[in-house]
Parts: sequence; structure tokens; C-alpha cells
Amino acid sequence: MTAETATPHAAPNASDRDAVTAREPLLRLDGITKTFPGVVALDDVSLEVRAGEVHALLGENGAGKSTLMKILAGNHTANRGAIHLEGEPVHFDNPMQAKRAGIVLIHQELSLVPEMTVAENIFLGSLPKGILGTVKWRVLFAVADEILKTLGCRFSAKDKVEKLSIANRQMVEIARALVFTPKVVVFDEPTASLTDAEKVVLFEIIRGLMRKGVGIVYISHRMDEIFTLSHRLTVLRDGKVRGTRVTAETTEDDVTRLMIGRSLEGREKRAAGEPGPVALEVRGLSCGSLYRDISFEIRKGEVVGMYGLIGAGRTEIAETLFGLRSPDTGEIRIDDETVEIDAPPDAIARGLALVPESRKEQGLVLGMSCRDNMSMAQLGTVSNGMGFLKPKAEQAIYDTYATMLDLRSPGPQALVVNLSGGNQQKVVIGKWLSTAPEILILDEPTRGIDVGSKSEIHDLIRRLAGTGLAILVISSEMPEIMGVSDRVIALYHGQMAGVFDAATLTEDRLVQAISGL
Amino acid sequence: MTKTLATLQNLRRFTVIPPIWLFTLACAIFFSLMTDNFAEIGNLKNILQQTSTIGLIALGMTVVMINGNIDLSVGAVVALAASLAVGLQSEIGTLPAVFVGLGAGIGLGFVNGMIVWKTGVDAFIVTLGAMIGVRGLVFLYTQEQSFFAMDFAYSDFGMSQFAGLPTLAWVFLGFTVLMHWLMTSTVHGRNAYAVGGNRDAALNAGIRVGRHMVVNFMIVGFFAALAGITLSTQMGASTPNLGREYELWTITAVVLGGTKLAGGAGSIVGTLGGVLAIGILRNGMNLMQVPAFYVLVILGAILIIVLFIDRQVNRAGVEEVKI
Repeated sequence: MTAETATPHAAPNASDRDAVTAREPLLRLDGITKTFPGVVALDDVSLEVRAGEVHALLGENGAGKSTLMKILAGNHTANRGAIHLEGEPVHFDNPMQAKRAGIVLIHQELSLVPEMTVAENIFLGSLPKGILGTVKWRVLFAVADEILKTLGCRFSAKDKVEKLSIANRQMVEIARALVFTPKVVVFDEPTASLTDAEKVVLFEIIRGLMRKGVGIVYISHRMDEIFTLSHRLTVLRDGKVRGTRVTAETTEDDVTRLMIGRSLEGREKRAAGEPGPVALEVRGLSCGSLYRDISFEIRKGEVVGMYGLIGAGRTEIAETLFGLRSPDTGEIRIDDETVEIDAPPDAIARGLALVPESRKEQGLVLGMSCRDNMSMAQLGTVSNGMGFLKPKAEQAIYDTYATMLDLRSPGPQALVVNLSGGNQQKVVIGKWLSTAPEILILDEPTRGIDVGSKSEIHDLIRRLAGTGLAILVISSEMPEIMGVSDRVIALYHGQMAGVFDAATLTEDRLVQAISGL
Repeated sequence: MTKTLATLQNLRRFTVIPPIWLFTLACAIFFSLMTDNFAEIGNLKNILQQTSTIGLIALGMTVVMINGNIDLSVGAVVALAASLAVGLQSEIGTLPAVFVGLGAGIGLGFVNGMIVWKTGVDAFIVTLGAMIGVRGLVFLYTQEQSFFAMDFAYSDFGMSQFAGLPTLAWVFLGFTVLMHWLMTSTVHGRNAYAVGGNRDAALNAGIRVGRHMVVNFMIVGFFAALAGITLSTQMGASTPNLGREYELWTITAVVLGGTKLAGGAGSIVGTLGGVLAIGILRNGMNLMQVPAFYVLVILGAILIIVLFIDRQVNRAGVEEVKI
């Protein structure tokens, strides 16, 4: 039971489904094969999408989903195989051709120009022009506002994109897709940064497209969404199709087995044992309009979850604890001692570690090797007094944590940019565990990573707590927070809306708390 | 074309030597075949001596550019350090004058770095301002006069040889080894790559990014000053217009050597290759009696072509599949 299934919209009913599955395929991918130097990314992959169907595409990171969609959208060309749209063979050399043909990809990573208005972004590349090539601003804004209205957006076409929240930016991406009256729309992890309320709006939009006969490919890691939305699903693993199922006739366990080739053990188990003394205590912490009067404590061996909507001040609190932001008032105590943390080095010296929210922007130097990234937070300990690095000590860190975290990487010198999201996250976690922290803060530890790595990281969190670490987990995913925490702090608009014991906490209660009820 | 590029990629994969060295070697072979004098020992020594000025600055510039910054004020610092080192000789003695010159370079680097750190203004703008302002200081100090070295030992040094090579070539090669070691084997070097590759991640990892950048600006200031002083020992004099456009030649050499303007990638070995490539091209074309203006046209074109090829090679890497 999760927040998404609590939405008023149930899964498509049976008659709906039969009607859809009976139709001729709108889009057919036949035997697509794509090789990169040294790797077969896709091996004889076939997939069909019918008009008005939501076809979910699943697979762990690196399974080939993104490559397949890039071939569909004209970013890559397949080595073998064919694409048929409405029965006609098509071939795309670039994304523009695919768009003109009616295939639109809504990217996971947003591709908007932040300094421009919403309307300009929607029509980027196809601005309405007058005789002299001047932009027809009035038409532009009017049409853009019209599209935004159909999407139920509450911002104006004249707003600058940089002022919008991530969720609203996602809406702009979708609006942009609608300009081309698409036949097939691909959503790549569209809910990764959306709150539950925003998801409801998105799903309504997807259902709207469905009713218009648009074929939808929906890529997601979230089972609940897939079971709510999709008619059929196809699972990829290691570049091969492992199975296509009618969603109503399959189960989560079955799908998970197809994805990872083995079955997952049950839910995360709590570590036995009583929490120890208080490791971190926060008293009356406030910072401008970001958060006010935050007080909580974390004991050794305890996992505390922090849950709230985006913008509720979660990340800002973590950044303050780690010295990336200074509070206006309030006190931070570590091991019963008031501490001044002005910069990350102070925090590290105090035994704190922060696995940041976005691993690519804040966690990793993508162009550096796995080993160098892992040793980055503690070069002081892997060098001699003169600042001369000791490669063997660095290698030892890599060996230890690559083994402990089951890092799947071609080797210590492999660049992290070439790893999957789950493995990248393991590098960041390894980096911080190697500093032997006493208080570990994890901000969205499993955002955008595959189910396999996700459950590994959940197990790891519980295991680390078992060894006496004090852990703060920030997450937008309710199952994650409920599954992994001992206690949960709910935030609402920068204020504490309650601290709950996870054992007796219900999802409804938590939703109420973060909505200010 | 694609086949050649694929070969280049394979070469890159199996070697740690930056691709510019292929180009540098090709140029050396070309000029050896085309001219009688290029491959003579005397001429090769000559090239090393000539390139040592730009080369020294390029060593410092490499660090700053890997760090994600840039320093446009190096040309002006060359003139300032040379004027101080030559102009103050008669008053305070040669060695103290040299130290004042070096100190001025390090000091200006410190100021550049502090402004970049504390104001957050882009290094391009800050050092552009410094480039204009410092040149003004040079004119103020020299009153538009050239200075001549009264100490003959000073100008002898610039022409001297040691163990068969010009002393200045030794200075350049010695510092090249030192900087290579700094960038590959020390915490400071590793941090330079990390800060340039992703400043936020470096901050998150507890690297004191601001201080680190200031040190790098001091390093490039030192090298610019040193280059100014070695140049004035070669000439036995300093002029207020010394070092004009040196910032551009330096950046050209560094970029040819594979350092990215955006930071995070590059190497001292590459920079050495870039410096030598420019030196060999200028020297070789000179021996072939290519008119000076054509030399500039050819150098400009080569810069763009080499970077285009490099981009193709690197872009192919982007398509590599994720594991």
C-alpha cells in the first residue's frame, strides 16, 4: 500500500484493457540490436505499443532501456532491426525527424533553458514568426497558456523557467511534447522528482493522452506506478527482452524476478538491539524562510527518517548540519558537546558524512576514476605529511568498499561516468564510509536507481545502524522511509510536523502530517 | 576519416601519452625532412631555450585551467617582474631584485585568487581586469622606459649552458618534472582535478575549495614572474611592453596539450607537448622561410584543427555504453 495507489484513479479496468490489446500495434520495434565498442547494449529487442496503451518498460540501470529509447527517438542508430510506425517502416537519423513523425521523448534529465520564459521553452526551435522573422509574442504566449491550461498548470507562460520548481519544469517538458501532436510519447522516469500530489496530476495527463489514442512508453523503477498505470509491461535485462506481460495478469514478485534474474528477499528487516547514547542533537535550528525551530536527536545505532514534500526544508537542514549553510539560530550538539560547523571539513572532523541529494551534481567528479572518487574525502589519510599520495592506501580503500558494497565496476581506474546510477551511488556511499563516520546523513539515497541496488542500499543502512552508526535518511519515497527508519520526522513548510515511531506509524498519518493536517 | 579517428581512439586507450605528442613528433619529422638545419643539435637547443618562457607560464596555467579557472594577467606579470628584477638591481642588488620580481608575481596571484574566491566573480573577468591594471602599473613604475641590466652576470645567465643544454632549458624541464609530480602524486594535484571536475562535489568532500584556488593563482603568478625574469636575462633588459599576448600563446599551448577550458582534465605532459608543438612549428616554418604572417595564419588554423580532432575522439567516448 503506497501513496500512489491511494489516488482516486484505479488501474485500467478489464474491458478497457481488452479493447486496447485488441488493436493493431501503433509502433513496432523489431529485432533491434545495438553494439557499442566492446559491449552489446541491445540484443534482438522487439517491442510493440498499441494506440491508447501505456506500455511500461522496466529493467535495472544498464539493462538497455535508455539506449532503446534513444534509438526510437533518433539519438542513436541501431546496428540491426527495424522500426514500424502505423505499419510503415521508418528510419530516424536525428531527434527532429522522430519528433516530426510523432515520437516524443520526455527526458529524465530536463533540457530546458532556465533563463527563458516557459512559452519560449515550449516553442524552442519552432517559435511562431512574422513576415520579417520577428517573433509573434502575443500568439506565442496565448498558445502556450492554452497548452498549460489543458495540463492544469498554475503558472504563466510568461514565467521564467528558472523560477519554477522541478515538478513544474517537468510540466513544461510535457507541454513541449504536446506541441507536436505526438503519436507516441516516451516518459523516462517522469516521477523521479515529483511529489505525490504532482504525480496525481501527471497520471491524469497520461490518461488524457491515452484517451486521445496516443501510445505511451512508460519507463520507471516504481512498481506501484507501473501497476497503477500500465496495460502491459516489458522487462529488459542485459540488453535482452526477458518477458512481456499483461500487467493485470502478473505480480510484483514475478516482474522483479524477471528484472534481476532472482527473487528479492523480503522487506528490510530492523536490526535488533537498543539504540545507544545520543550522537547528534539539534536544538531550535532556524534558517530564514527555509526552516524554523527544528529540534531532534539521533542515537547511536538508530535510523531516523526525514520526510516531507520537496521544498519542506529537508535538504537545507542536512546542508546546515554539514556546514554548507549557516543557520540563523540554534544549536548543534555532537556527543553532548556544542559544535561550530562552518564548513564541510569541520563536519568531517566531527565524524559527520553527507551523501548528497544529487550524486552527479554534488556527489561525484564524473570524469575521475572510481578509486579517486572514493578517496576524495580523506586525501589527508592516504598521503604522507608532505601531501604526497600513497596509491596503495587509496587502492586499499577501493578494495575494501568495492567488496563491502558489491560495486560492479570494470576496475578501480574506470571512470564513474560509465557506471550505472546504482553503482555510482555505491561509490559515493563508499567514499563516505571510508571516512569512518559516526553520523551518516543520506539525502535521497536511492533516487533514480534500480530495484536491485535499492534493496542492497536499504539492507546496508540497517546493517550500518547495527554497528552503532547514527543515521539520518531523507527521502521522498514513503515505502523507503517507513521501511528503513526507526523514527520518522515529518516536515511541513520548514517546520516539524511531528516525530513518529515507525513501528506504529501508518501511511495515512504521515501523509496528513506532511500536508499540514 | 572515421577509420583514422577510430585508430586514434585506440591509441588513446592504450597509452597515457596525450595525443598532441603524435602531432609534435610528426612536425619534428616533417621539418627534419624538409630543412637541412632543423635536426641539428644547436637548433634543437635553440627551440628549448625559445620555448622556455611560454613553457614556464604554461606550467602554472595548466594547473589553474585544470582547476576550472584561467589567468589572463600572466603577460602583464611577465613585464612587471622583469621590470622590477632589472630596474631594482642597481639599488638593492641582483638577487634581492629577482626575489622582489618573483614576490610581485606570487602576490598578484594571491590578489587574483582572493578576489575570485571572495567575490565569486569569474576568473576570466577578474584576471582580465588584472591584465589591464597590472600593465598600467608597469608603465607607472617604468615611466615607459626600458631598463638595461647593469649586472653582466644577470645577462650571462640567460645565455649560459649547463651540461650541454641552455640553463633556461634546464630550468623549464626541471619545473616541468616538479609540476608533473605535483599534479600526479600529491593531494594538491588531485584536489585540482576534483575542484575543476565538479566544484560542488569537491566542496561536499571537504576540500577547502577557496584556499585551494588561491594557491593555484599564486603558482601561476610565480611562473609568470619567473618567465619574465628568465626572458629579461636572455635580453639583458626589460621593456614595459614585454609579454604582450603571452596569455594567448600560453592558453594556446595548454589547450593544444589537451587541457579542457571547463576544467577537470589535462596534464603537464600534454602541456609540454603543446609548448613544443608551437615552438617546433614556429622554428621549422622560420627555417623554411615561410613569411611571418603566414606562420600566424597556419598556427591559428592548426589550433582549431587539433581541437576539432580531439573533440571527435572525445565525443566518441560519450557514446560508450554504461555498465
